[in-house]
Amino acid sequence: MLDTVKINSPPTEGQQTPATVDLRALYAETQIEALLTELDEELIGLAPVKRRIREIASFLLVARARERLGFSSAPPTLHMAFTGNPGTGKTTVALRMASILHRLGYSRRGHLVSVTRDDLVGQYIGHTAPKTKEVLKRAMGGVLFIDEAYYLYRPENEKDYGQEAIEILLQVMETQREDLTVILAGYTDRMNTFFHSNPGFRSRIAHHIDFPDYTDEELLAITEKLARDAEYRLSESAREALREYIVLRRQQPNFANARSLRNAFDRARLRQAMRLFQLDGEVDATKLMTLEDSDIRASRVFAEPRSDDDATRLN
Amino acid sequence: MRVTQGTFSFLPDLTDDQIRRQVQYALDKGWALGIEHTDDPHPRNTYWEMWGQPMFDLRDAAGVMSELRSCREAHPGHYIRINAFDSERGFETVRLSFIVQRPAEEPGFRLERTEDRGRMIRYRLHPYATDKPSGSRYGK
Repeated sequence: MLDTVKINSPPTEGQQTPATVDLRALYAETQIEALLTELDEELIGLAPVKRRIREIASFLLVARARERLGFSSAPPTLHMAFTGNPGTGKTTVALRMASILHRLGYSRRGHLVSVTRDDLVGQYIGHTAPKTKEVLKRAMGGVLFIDEAYYLYRPENEKDYGQEAIEILLQVMETQREDLTVILAGYTDRMNTFFHSNPGFRSRIAHHIDFPDYTDEELLAITEKLARDAEYRLSESAREALREYIVLRRQQPNFANARSLRNAFDRARLRQAMRLFQLDGEVDATKLMTLEDSDIRASRVFAEPRSDDDATRLN
Repeated sequence: MRVTQGTFSFLPDLTDDQIRRQVQYALDKGWALGIEHTDDPHPRNTYWEMWGQPMFDLRDAAGVMSELRSCREAHPGHYIRINAFDSERGFETVRLSFIVQRPAEEPGFRLERTEDRGRMIRYRLHPYATDKPSGSRYGK
């Protein structure tokens, strides 16, 4: 991806700084390629997200090279916002992001602290600041992932303590940039409203990454990968059933992309276990591994008309 | 007179970077860290004021350092120490304790002799600093 680029040292710098930096060597040194390839292979779809991550990785690598040549370099702003529908892989990517930043030397420990509003906002006056600060301290040296960040701001209640948490967050995001990277995640439309009412956040976040919905083919691939990882396999007819399942499930309310499919897979495993049990005979490895189409077609998604929006009975 | 208690107290004062590395060492060992301060330098004064609660589940020293910074701002003339607690045995035991700030001037101690029954002599250590009420010792 990167060609070896020779950068001449700036004329003002005469002392100990080297004249050139081998970007390719720097790239190999950080072992970032392995991580990025892993990201490409293990995460299905998400092409725009992967491209953005590669961009960010290259940018950080170049920033490192500039630093070695003695360019003045304030630490780059790395705070990110991940927006997208439920189940599009925001948390998974955030976890990868933490290790990518760690490899590139922009996160000292490379751990991810995942929080929601409840972990940051207190219940009474004076409770919020210590709570938020404690979370921030735990996340120092790594990545703070705030899921469903728009809940922090509740415009309908002006006494809401969320505002206090936001102020502390903003302050730390600005002053301790090299200690902490904040990733905000949430559904696209609600995050847009959130940024609109908190312009401070928008300007402090360098990378806005939008997670697209998965296509039907991608969802199928994801389910098959889930099955493979759990040492199951889908029979040919089951694959066909799953294809239909995805189309139907998408039309129903509370569709959560990969998460819905993971739930569907878990339920299919339950039904398979029941079916095998009722066979009442000997089972072999193939039988134990294979999910048949009946395991999938037994789902209520096939039975119920789509007008029924009783969410609890879906899947 | 320089108060020497805790680890490193016979060395020159640690720089912030050295403090950070000691803290990181403790965190890497899985110890919890607490910050405490006092303006009573008596050696038998074991229980110092706590600056917030001890910090558990930290991964990086930056969190402790920012707490230390705010403690220094609030108590510029106090002794401040960092304690590291090891919970391996089921209770939090101090494994490492070192002073990270001391007043610019430490007036030291006076030895007082008291005559007790039978002309027996009892000795008492009196810090000059505690002649003033707490909060107004050491200049500030």
